[in-house]
Amino acid sequence: MAFPGNLTAALRAGCAGLEVRDQPEELIPYSFDGTAVLQQLPAAVVFAKSTQEVVSVLRWSALNKVPVVTRGSGTGLSGGSVPVPGGIVLCLSKMDKILEVDAANLTLRAESGALTATISGAAEKAGLFYPPDPGSMKISTIGGNVAENSGGLRGLKYGVTRDYVMGLEVVLSGGEVIWTGNKCVKDVAGYTLRDLFIGSEGTLGVITQVLLKLIPPPAARKTMLAVYDDMEKAAHTVSAIIAAKIIPCTLEFLDRVTIRCVEDYAKIGLPRDAEAILLMETDGHPAAVEMEAAAMEKIARENGARSLKTAAHAAEAASLATARRSAFSALARVAPTTILEDATVPRNCLPEMIGFIQEVGKKHRLKIGTFGHMGDGNLHPTFLTDEKNRDEMHRVEAAMQEIFHRAVELGGTITGEHGVGLAKKKFLEGAVGRENVAIMRRIKLALDPHGLLNPGKIFDLSS
Amino acid sequence: MSSGETLASLDYSILQQCMHCGLCLPTCPTYDATKNEQHSPRGRISLMRAIADGRLAPTRGFGEEMSYCLGCLACETACPAGVDYAHLFETARADGERAGVLDHPLRRIVRGLTLKFLFTHPRCLRMAGRLLWLYQASGLQKLARVLGLPRLLPNRLRELEALTPIILAKFSHQLIAPVENPKEKRRYRVGLLTGCVQDLVFADINRDTADVLLANGCEVVTPPVQPCCGSLHAHNGDPETAAGMARRMIDLFNPASFDAIVTNAAGCGSHLKNYGRLLDGDPVYANRAREWDRKVKDIQEWLVEIGFRTPKGVIRERVTYHEACHLCHGQKITRQPREILRSIPGLELVELPESTWCCGSAGVYNLTQPETAMALQKRKVGHIFSTQARVVATSNPGCHLQISIGLARRQADVRVDQPVSLLARAYRLEKD
Ligand SMILES: Cc1cc2nc3c(=O)[nH]c(=O)nc-3n(C[C@H](O)[C@H](O)[C@H](O)COP(=O)(O)OP(=O)(O)OC[C@H]3O[C@@H](n4cnc5c(N)ncnc54)[C@H](O)[C@@H]3O)c2cc1C
Repeated sequence: MAFPGNLTAALRAGCAGLEVRDQPEELIPYSFDGTAVLQQLPAAVVFAKSTQEVVSVLRWSALNKVPVVTRGSGTGLSGGSVPVPGGIVLCLSKMDKILEVDAANLTLRAESGALTATISGAAEKAGLFYPPDPGSMKISTIGGNVAENSGGLRGLKYGVTRDYVMGLEVVLSGGEVIWTGNKCVKDVAGYTLRDLFIGSEGTLGVITQVLLKLIPPPAARKTMLAVYDDMEKAAHTVSAIIAAKIIPCTLEFLDRVTIRCVEDYAKIGLPRDAEAILLMETDGHPAAVEMEAAAMEKIARENGARSLKTAAHAAEAASLATARRSAFSALARVAPTTILEDATVPRNCLPEMIGFIQEVGKKHRLKIGTFGHMGDGNLHPTFLTDEKNRDEMHRVEAAMQEIFHRAVELGGTITGEHGVGLAKKKFLEGAVGRENVAIMRRIKLALDPHGLLNPGKIFDLSS
Repeated sequence: MSSGETLASLDYSILQQCMHCGLCLPTCPTYDATKNEQHSPRGRISLMRAIADGRLAPTRGFGEEMSYCLGCLACETACPAGVDYAHLFETARADGERAGVLDHPLRRIVRGLTLKFLFTHPRCLRMAGRLLWLYQASGLQKLARVLGLPRLLPNRLRELEALTPIILAKFSHQLIAPVENPKEKRRYRVGLLTGCVQDLVFADINRDTADVLLANGCEVVTPPVQPCCGSLHAHNGDPETAAGMARRMIDLFNPASFDAIVTNAAGCGSHLKNYGRLLDGDPVYANRAREWDRKVKDIQEWLVEIGFRTPKGVIRERVTYHEACHLCHGQKITRQPREILRSIPGLELVELPESTWCCGSAGVYNLTQPETAMALQKRKVGHIFSTQARVVATSNPGCHLQISIGLARRQADVRVDQPVSLLARAYRLEKD
């Protein structure tokens, strides 16, 4: 629905002092996020500097029935912050302050546009630890992390963003501001509304402040790199480690295509001829770390690791983790378009899922690079393709569908951490069932009756 | 970029290489300052792609955006996907110039005078330098400043007046003979590029460079009159002139007759290594340009490559190292300057926080975007103070000047020097 009259003039008049941009050069950079292919120009981009400004934008939006897409840093991988036609982008990158580090209660409060890396650095400075570390942490915002319930390299032992959110300040459609949650370790007063907003992808409210849980940092850590001549052996190693009741901090996986791309970029001596590598890290009490490391090494060798190397010092371990974080972007070296998937399966099904992805790639004559958080059962098969090649794009589509289907069959899911957004919308019902989606719609309508917050993301309001 | 190339005619895969993951954003000084994607590498590439697709015409806004970009290339270092931002950026600036989106009579005069005249006529450039030197050496500049004359100038010119560097009494050709031979056995034959700013303001550093080469068995060939390398033109949207300068340079230094062609200015070096791309498709020069690219070496890169001799002279000083963008990002040279500094007995090297963050010099950026340049300069000087070093070493005349001015503003007792100069001094001290 087109806005009657001059939208930006009305916006400026309705929200005094708000930074509003509407020139083509100002809109084009906000017409996409980290997702391949998806693109849509917004009607305007606004930058909020305070909760009050967010309130005025949402009031104006409700009054004028103009949709709002909230944006952090636009690194999302499911099209969550891609604009909707005729809508405005509400960018929170300028609301980036750390507001409080409470060492007595082990909490940190920040504006939602604060970068994940800034938060992790502030925790470290206070002698504490904020574990969630998505690959994008140097630039992703905490608001985006909460809205996507992002994972990271340490999810296996430490969990995901949700496990660290204690409270949220949220502006609802229409401009009402609520706080949900507090610094208490326990609280069962009514529904835990906070949890509703975690992973809501900007469809239920705009998060303006986040209260996070911090923990003491581990006293020791050990990082190892296991090298394989066969992908499935790496998958078996992971299943065996879990079955042996060891929960390492990190079990990350790269296949041959990904190893080569990452090595081209990072130049840290990864084995270019390997079929797979596993990046393994254990942390905690020094004695426990030693024991776990020894056990993991033994299991890796028993499952066919060709070689095993331990990082000599913290800097070497950090460079391995940094290299792993660059995997997705580095894959872009191979082909013009990189379409990344996020299928997740129970961990005992990993070898089967890996084999299946290889088969599908062969069947549809597609180049796929796979990496991922193997310890979480979360794989990122990435299609290396060209959006201009229509025939190949059709085959990508078909392959994607088969992979999702198989993941769900194995008791898994279509997305482990990137969210549904636009990219996985049509697979949602197949994954969670019709009834679940119907309830989601009812929740959405209860909080956003006019469907103004990120409409058309996750699901459509009309089935 | 071969001259004449536009965003629309460019190989589209160079644009597609950017998969817009955003990992470049936190390393971009203009994004850091504004938190606006338009002022980020990812945003700028999206604008370039829109132009290539015909979704956007080169507008004034586009031209201004490209001029706001420092061209520091920190995004290239950060980019896992291997985007060739330098190539895109130069093409985009050239598109903007061709479309005349920033055209203005005064700007045309300044560009004509500098890019088209002074920086294509090395003798005239030296003449201008000599006049400036006279103005400074005769005390006229001091007198003018005491009388407050600069205050009569319009704002922008007044800022420029304050930025005028001190011109040295002697230029490179008066300090370095056309051919100099090492005392010991000659191991290599090396051409020495004396640069433009380096020649006028830091001819002594060119002398130091020659000395260091001689001390390491290199015969040094330094033609007394050298054209500008063309980097200024390429970075400022004039690829045609840049290509002309490249041809003149290749004519002057036949790459086949040297083991290396050495530069000590990072900004020049990063451009000099790309003649192959610039002259790609030139039937006469393309091959020689590729050979040229292989032979061009930053002085520090070359010294480490040939295994330079560890000096015995002692320099007891706490030194920190600022990495010129076009050395660390443009040429990926980070290890060698540190190796050289560490080799000097007595010298204590302390790491500079944010050592790879642009100081705001960025070619002529401190003239075209004084506000941003000043903010970056302040940030840099703050970090330098935090190291408590007495010397900041850096390997680019632009950074050298920018940081010197920043330090002078704070009346700091910190000196700027270049790693080759420190090495030359350590060699000289051996004889005392
Ligand atoms: C190289 C790379 C590596 C990545 N690695 C990982 C990884 O390891 N694990 C992982 O889980 N993800 C990963 N991601 C995906 C992405 O970085 C995360 O989803 C991240 O949380 C997005 O943050 P953002 O600030 O960029 O949010 P955006 O992309 O701007 O937004 C994402 C969604 O959140 C909504 N949103 C943003 N801010 C708010 C707010 N304040 N209130 C309400 N809604 C909001 C938006 O509307 C949108 O739906 C990676 C992405 C890239 C490019």
